Amino acid sequence: MSAESDLIVRLDGVAKSFGAVHALDGVSLDLRAGECLGLVGHNGAGKSTLMNVLSGNLLPDTGAIVIAGQDVTAGYSPQTAMQRGVRCVYQELSLCPNLTVAENARISHPAIAGFGWRRAARALIGAKLDEVFPGHGISTNDVVGDLSIARRQMVEIARAFAVTDTPARVVILDEPTSSLDAVVAEKLLKHVRRYVEGGGTCVLISHLLGEVLETSDRIAVMRDGGVVALDAARSFTRNSLVAAMGSVAETQTAAAADGAVIRDGAPVTLRATPSAPETLTLTAHKGEVVGLAGLSGQGQTELLVRVFEHAPGTDVSGNVSLVAGDRQSDGVFPLWSIAENVSIGSLRQFLDGFLLNHDKAFEFSNRWKDKIGIRTPDMADPILSLSGGNQQKALFARALGAPAEIIVMDDPMRGVDVGTKQEVYAMIREEAQKGRTFLWYTTEMDELRNCDHVYVFREGAIVADLTRAEMTEERVLHASFRADA
Amino acid sequence: MSALAKFGKQPWLWAWVGAIAVWAATAAYTGGTGSGQVMSAALTFGAFFVIVALGQMFVITLGPGNVDLSVPACMTLAGTVAMKSMDGSGAMLPLGLLLALAIGLSVGAINYSLIRLLRIPPIIATLSSSFIYQSAAIWWNRGLRVKPPTELAEFTTAKIAGIPVIALCVVVLAAIGHVVLTRTLYGRGVIAIGQNPRAAHLAGVKVERIRAATYMLSATLAGLCGYLLAGFSGGAALNMGEEYLLSSIAVVVIGGTSVAGGYANVPGLWGAALFLFLLVTMLNTMGAGAGVRLVLTGLIIIGVIVAASGGKRTT
Amino acid sequence: MSALLSPRLLRSLLPPLSLAALLIAIFWLQPRTMSYFGLNLLLNLAVPIALATIAQMFILCVNELDLSLGGFVSLVACVTATWVHDTPLLGFAALVGLIAVYAALGALIHLRNLPSIVVTLGMSFVWLGLAVLVLPTPGGKAPEYIRSLMTLKPFFVPMPIIASVLIAGLVHLFLMRSALGTVLRGAGGNAKSLERAGWSILRIKMTMFALAGFFGVLSGMALVGLTTSADANIALRYTLLSIAGVILGGGEFVGGRVSPIGAVIGAVTLALAGSFLSFLRLNPDWQIGAQGAILIIVLALRVLISRTEAKA
Repeated sequence: MSAESDLIVRLDGVAKSFGAVHALDGVSLDLRAGECLGLVGHNGAGKSTLMNVLSGNLLPDTGAIVIAGQDVTAGYSPQTAMQRGVRCVYQELSLCPNLTVAENARISHPAIAGFGWRRAARALIGAKLDEVFPGHGISTNDVVGDLSIARRQMVEIARAFAVTDTPARVVILDEPTSSLDAVVAEKLLKHVRRYVEGGGTCVLISHLLGEVLETSDRIAVMRDGGVVALDAARSFTRNSLVAAMGSVAETQTAAAADGAVIRDGAPVTLRATPSAPETLTLTAHKGEVVGLAGLSGQGQTELLVRVFEHAPGTDVSGNVSLVAGDRQSDGVFPLWSIAENVSIGSLRQFLDGFLLNHDKAFEFSNRWKDKIGIRTPDMADPILSLSGGNQQKALFARALGAPAEIIVMDDPMRGVDVGTKQEVYAMIREEAQKGRTFLWYTTEMDELRNCDHVYVFREGAIVADLTRAEMTEERVLHASFRADA
Repeated sequence: MSALAKFGKQPWLWAWVGAIAVWAATAAYTGGTGSGQVMSAALTFGAFFVIVALGQMFVITLGPGNVDLSVPACMTLAGTVAMKSMDGSGAMLPLGLLLALAIGLSVGAINYSLIRLLRIPPIIATLSSSFIYQSAAIWWNRGLRVKPPTELAEFTTAKIAGIPVIALCVVVLAAIGHVVLTRTLYGRGVIAIGQNPRAAHLAGVKVERIRAATYMLSATLAGLCGYLLAGFSGGAALNMGEEYLLSSIAVVVIGGTSVAGGYANVPGLWGAALFLFLLVTMLNTMGAGAGVRLVLTGLIIIGVIVAASGGKRTT
Repeated sequence: MSALLSPRLLRSLLPPLSLAALLIAIFWLQPRTMSYFGLNLLLNLAVPIALATIAQMFILCVNELDLSLGGFVSLVACVTATWVHDTPLLGFAALVGLIAVYAALGALIHLRNLPSIVVTLGMSFVWLGLAVLVLPTPGGKAPEYIRSLMTLKPFFVPMPIIASVLIAGLVHLFLMRSALGTVLRGAGGNAKSLERAGWSILRIKMTMFALAGFFGVLSGMALVGLTTSADANIALRYTLLSIAGVILGGGEFVGGRVSPIGAVIGAVTLALAGSFLSFLRLNPDWQIGAQGAILIIVLALRVLISRTEAKA
C-alpha cells in the first residue's frame, strides 16, 4: 500500500484571481484515501475558494485537478465533480426550503428517478440520517423550510454522504458544525472518523481548532491564498496552528484578569424574562458583558430580539442595537456600500434639519473602518466585496457606532477567524468599560469566558444563572442538558 | 474617462436616450413640423404619468411583491368625488384638492391595513380593494360627467414660454421626490427595506411605519393625479385611470428602478414617461394601426429593458 | 400537536373549505342550482379560468410573474376562432409557435436576468396587438369539435366538474409527485442548489414557461369552445384572475410554494363569486366592489385560521 496508490485527488498549482485579488496563489495539495484532512486559516485565506475549485463551482485560472489519476481540469463542473465522487457541504445551506427532505435528496441524486422514486429517496436519506445522527427526530416527509437551522444542516450533511450510482469518495465539509450543538457535532465528527476508516476521504474546514485537531489525520494551514503548513495532525497543537495561521496567539486569561466588574455596584439596565414557563429572569447591569449560553436554538435569539424590540416581558432602559449573526438574512444590505451598511444604524446623527449629510455619514464610517480594522481600500466599495469576517466587522461597527447603551449580539462570530475574534473581544471589553451593556449569545464555550455573567438556556427557558467565578464548561454543559437525558 | 463610464452606467440614461431617439425619429419622419407641439403634449401627459409613477416607485422599491394596483381606481374615485363636490365652482378649488388628497390618503391607509392586518400580499390587497374603490366611484358618479371649474382646466392646460405649467410643477414635485428618496430617513429606510426587511428591522429602521407611509404616499399622489387629470380632460370619467395601471409600473421600471426592490431613481421616471408617450405618438404619426402600434409598443418596452440590463447574469 | 394537524395540512385545507362555504351559500340562496344543469351553468366558465390559473402557477413556481396571460389567452381565442377553424394545420402550427415563444421568453428572462414583470408587461401589449391583427372585430367561429367537447353532457357529473378534477389531478401528479416535477419546483426554492447538482436552470425555466404557454393555449381554446366566438379583449381580466386564483389556492409569490389542486380550487372559487353576487340581487353599482370584498374576506379567513393555529 504505497502512498501513490492511495492518492485520490491531486490539486497541482491551482491559482485563482478575482480581479486584483489573488485568492489562490498556486496551491498544490494531495488527498489520500482513508484520511481526514483538516483545513484551517483566516477568513480570506483561500479555504473556501480552494474547495469551490475542487467541487467544480469555480474554474481555476491555472493549475490542474487530478482525480484518481485522471486529469479532469478541462470542462470541470459540479456535475463532473459529483460523478467523480466529490461531494461538498457548503457553508451557506443549499437545500430547497419548499421541498421535503426526501425530495431534496432527489435533487442532488439524479439517479433517483422513475416509478417509486419517492420511496427510494426516503429510504436513502432516512438511512443516512439514522447512521450519522442517531435520534435526529427528522421525518423524511418534513418540508425543509419548517425545520430548524441545525436540522437542515443535518439533512445537508446526510445528503452529501448518501450514495446512489456515484460514489462518495471525497466529502468536503465547510464549517459543518457552525450551527450544530456540541452533542450533534460530536456525532458528526464520529461519523467522519468511521467514514474515513472505511476508506473515504474527508476535508474538514473549521474554525474550531479543537475539533480539527481531534478529527483530522493531517492538517493543512492556509494563509494568503497558499498552503503554509501541512503535517500530521498530531504534530500540531492549538498554539502551533494559531501561530502558523499567522494571527495573534489566543490569550484567554487576559480577559478574565481585568474583568473585575462587580454586579452590586452598577445600576440595572435591563431585565428580560423568556416566555417559557419555569424560567429565571435575565438581569444585566451597566457595563456588564452578559453571556447567553446553552445548545443552539434554545430561545436565545428570540430573547435578544425581544430586548431589541422592547417587547412585553422585558424592562429595558436605554436604546438597543443588535449585531446579527446570520449575516445573509439578518445583517447585510447587499446593494449598498460598506459605508452605507455601517451608517444605517446611526442615521439620526447625520441629520442637518430634515436632510441627511452624506459626508458626515461617510466620515463616520471611515472612523469605524480604522477603529475596528475593516480591510478594504475604500468604504465606498460594495459590502459584498468583503470577506465574511470583514462583513461581520462592518455589522459590529454598525451596532457599536449607533447611539445605544445596550448591545445585543446574536452569535456574531459564526465563521469568523481567530484573529478577528480577538480584536472584537478586546473592543467589546473596552466598550463595556465605558458603560455599555452587552448581551452576547454564543455557541462557543471559549467566548463565554469573556463574559461577566452567564445565563444558560434550555428549551426556551433560562435554567442556570452563573457568575464568572461559577462559570465552568462543565457547569454550562450540565445545565444545557436535562438531568434525565 | 471614468466619469464618462460612470455616467454611462446611470440606470436612468436609457429611458432618456430612448425618449430623445423616438422624438428625433418622429421629427425626421414629419420633417420637423409639429415636433414642438409633440414635445409639449409629451410634457403634459408625461407629467400625469410621473405623478403616479413617483408613488409607485416608492412602493416598488419596498421589495418583491410590493406594487400598488389600486392606482387607477383611486384616481377615478378622487377625480369623481372632487369634481362632483366642486360642481364647477372655482371657489371650491382648494376644497376639491383637499378632498382628492384626503381620499388618496384614506385609500392608502386602507390598503396598508389590509396588507398588515390580513397579511395579504400587496398585489392582491390593492387589487381587491381597488374593486371596492371602483364601485364607490361608480355609485358616487351615477354616470354623470361633471365639468371641472374653468380655473382648474385652465391651470392644467396653461403654458409659460411654450412649456406646460403642469410639467414645470411636476418637475419640482419630482425633485422633491428625489430629495426624499436620497436624503431623508424615510428614503433610506425604504431602500433598506427593499434590500432586506428583516435586516432593516434589526438595524433599527421602523419598517411598518415606513411601509404605511409609502402606501399612503402612493395613493395620495394617485389622488392628486386624478384631480388634475379630471381637470385636464374636462371631467372625471370612470375609465380615466385604466391605462395608468400598467403604465405606472412600466414607467418606474423603464426608468431604471429595480423591480426586485432596494434601488430607485427619480430622473428615470421623467425619461420613461416621455419615452412611452412619444413612442405611441411616433407610431400614430407613421400611420400604424392599433394592432401594429400595440405590438411595437410591447416589443420596444422589452427591447429597452433588454438593452438596459446589459446581461447581468453571472454563471 | 399531532402530526395529523400539521400546519402544512391546515394550510392546504383552507382553499377547499372556502370553496365549500361559497357553494353552500349559493345553494342556500338559489336551491335550483343544486342540480346537474344548475351546476353546469354555474361552473361553465370555471374551466378556462382554471386552465389559465394553472398556467400562472407554473410561472409563479419559478419566482416569476406573468402579466401577459390575459392577453395571451385572448390571442389564442382569436386564433382558435379563425385560423384553427378555417385552416386547422396553420392554426395548430401557430399555437405551437406561441408555446415556443413562451419558452423563449423564459430563456430570455433567465439569460438576461430580466424582471419578468416588465417583460410580460411588454408582452401583454404584443399579444393584444396580435389579437387585434388576427381578429380586428369580434367574431370568428369555434371549431365544432371543441364546441362539442366543452358542451359535453356526461352522466351524473357535469362536465366542468370532471374537467376541473382532471386538470387538478393530472397537474398534481406531474408537478407534485413526479421526479421531474420535484426538480422543477426545486428551482423555485433554491436555484443555486439545483445548479450545483447539475440541473440546468435555463432548461427548467424554459420548461415551466412552455408549460404555462401550453395551459394558456388550452384555456383560450376552452374559452372559445364556450363562447363560440372571440374578440381581442375577451380574456384580459384573466391576468389578474389567474394571479388571485393561485394565491387564493394557497400559493405564494416566491419560493416555489404552489399547489395545483389549490390553484384549481381558487379559480373555481373566483368563478363562483360572480354568480353568488348576482343571486344576492346586489345593486349593480356594487357588483365589482362586492367581488373585491369576497376576495378580502376569504383571505382574511385564511389569516384568521392560520393565526389561531399558530397559537395552538
